[in-house]
Amino acid sequence: MENYLLVYRAEYSAMLKASPEQAEATTKRWMDWITGINAQNKLVDRGNRLEPITGKVVKPNNVVTNGPYAEIKESIGGYSIIKAKSYEEAVEIAKGCPILSVGGNVEVRLVSSL
Amino acid sequence: MEEFALIMRHEDGKKVASPEQIQTWMKQTMDWIGGIAAQGKFVSGTGLPFDDARTVVAKNSNKVVTNGPFGEIKETIGGLIVVKANSVEEAVEFAKGCPVLQGDGNSVEVRKIARKDGMH
Amino acid sequence: MSNTELIPHLFRTEYRKIVSVLCKRFGFDQIEIAEDIASDTFLTAYQVWSLNNIPPNPIAWLYNVAKNKAKNQLQRNNMFNLKIAPELKNNLAVKTEMEIDLSAQNINDSQLQMMFAICHHSIPVEAQIGLSLRILCGFGIEEIADAFLSNKETINKRLFRAKEKLREEKIKIEFPQEAEIDKRLETVLITIYLLFSEGYYSVSQNTVIRKDFCFEAIRLCNMLIENQVTNKPEVNALLSLMYFHTSRFDARIDKNGEPVLYDEQDTNLWDSDLISKGAYFLNLSAIGNRISKYHLEAAIAYWNTQKEDTKEKWENILQLYNQLLQLEYSPVAALNRTFALSKANGREEAIYEAEKLKLNNNHFYFMLLGELYSTINKEKAKLNFNKALSLAKTANDKKAVQNKINKLE
Repeated sequence: MENYLLVYRAEYSAMLKASPEQAEATTKRWMDWITGINAQNKLVDRGNRLEPITGKVVKPNNVVTNGPYAEIKESIGGYSIIKAKSYEEAVEIAKGCPILSVGGNVEVRLVSSL
Repeated sequence: MEEFALIMRHEDGKKVASPEQIQTWMKQTMDWIGGIAAQGKFVSGTGLPFDDARTVVAKNSNKVVTNGPFGEIKETIGGLIVVKANSVEEAVEFAKGCPVLQGDGNSVEVRKIARKDGMH
Repeated sequence: MSNTELIPHLFRTEYRKIVSVLCKRFGFDQIEIAEDIASDTFLTAYQVWSLNNIPPNPIAWLYNVAKNKAKNQLQRNNMFNLKIAPELKNNLAVKTEMEIDLSAQNINDSQLQMMFAICHHSIPVEAQIGLSLRILCGFGIEEIADAFLSNKETINKRLFRAKEKLREEKIKIEFPQEAEIDKRLETVLITIYLLFSEGYYSVSQNTVIRKDFCFEAIRLCNMLIENQVTNKPEVNALLSLMYFHTSRFDARIDKNGEPVLYDEQDTNLWDSDLISKGAYFLNLSAIGNRISKYHLEAAIAYWNTQKEDTKEKWENILQLYNQLLQLEYSPVAALNRTFALSKANGREEAIYEAEKLKLNNNHFYFMLLGELYSTINKEKAKLNFNKALSLAKTANDKKAVQNKINKLE
């Protein structure tokens, strides 16, 4: 069993345009999905949702810019950590992620401890 | 106190680093995180290897899996830690110490953690 | 051993065994009865042995007397149940076994189970330590008060309230369930660790008692090791770190009773037998894939037994503190990490990091800053040492800082 980081990406515009009803439905889908992973005893860290607008990007030589939404279309919306026997299993879990239905994607990365 | 995610990005993660470079980078990163932890500001964190990743994306309601990290940008995530800070400026100060910034095209994204509102 | 030494010695070793067995037998809510019977037994021993000489097998004598007193108590309980409260369903007391099992196995099991009962999150940690010292280690109330720099009334009150609470919570003397064991063990380990720290770091002048505390903590931890169910990696790690620390106990105090800092200790006074025991259990702890804070502290303690000032030693200690701080922050760890940083990466970097710590009420913080500046900027060093002096509370602490200031000139 290894830990895998799931990174959720989607277009900002899509996330911001949702109506209250859509937002509520999305919340429910996320909770169902995460609860499902937890029920299989595969959830290591629920993770965090990241605030969309208030980010900064730090570059070499102490350069700090607002971002990252100004630079890339898609932005990281959040992340979680699960455990699985292999990339294949982790990917299967990732396929259930609600972000996929709004044109987003999930990056799956094997975690090595620092 | 708020929490901020510091997301480390390497340009072109496919560039292979020598074992010595990797070891140096690991020590620098551990020392950097240790410094934040010594100030009582560390929450959680994880490191990632340089290669190997999968991306799951939906194409025409089919779930497609590609090898490699998220492909549209050349930058790939090298690690992610969560710190405590009173403001994004303070979090940015932590980020400035990240060893990843020794590489020209690299960067550290600083994102505020959203309130726990049941969404996650 | 003379008469006057034997009974206190036996009290220390046998009181807890008798109390644990009786407590298990009578149930925790009758703990006072168990303690009374145990104390009574020793009182009887004192009275009889002064008149008749010490019996050939004092321990067996004690156990026999304890058993008889306990049987009398059970009979009294029975009488109550049969004659005075026949309508109570507890009439199944008729089938009550009159035997008190003081076999080695039951003694061990009862003590372990007692440990779990006492180290319970429903009572404050000082109460857990106090009860452990009293019931598991057989220390007197005065000895406990002395070690905690407190008084008998406070300690008695603390223990009384703790027993009340445990009674309320209906704590049973038994092994926790498989699913609960890890969580309950966590509490037990914290109590043992704090008990050890009381002995190792306490400012009480009574060094004999303090060394006793350290060895008692080690003994309790060994009991956990000897039982398959509780013999977990982190328990081995805790035992390892306690052995490593204790190995330097004698070197830490000079003949005037004043503390000797690590750098100035006479390594000949380091107990190599305890160091080997530390290494032995450190090896045993290196299984499984979970690193506990005890593992990290044990590894740091191991490196501290290597007196040579190598780059390797300090780089290892630095990385261990880096990990420890991520698991659990503490000002002590932050300061020690910064010191290791100065040895591994150089003073400038350490000063830069140290300035960020801002532990402005902590005299050790300013002592460290003073130390770091001492070869770079004497003025700043003096400034920081003086700040440390103003914050230091005990005479010994002030003396230690003054020594540093004197060395600067």
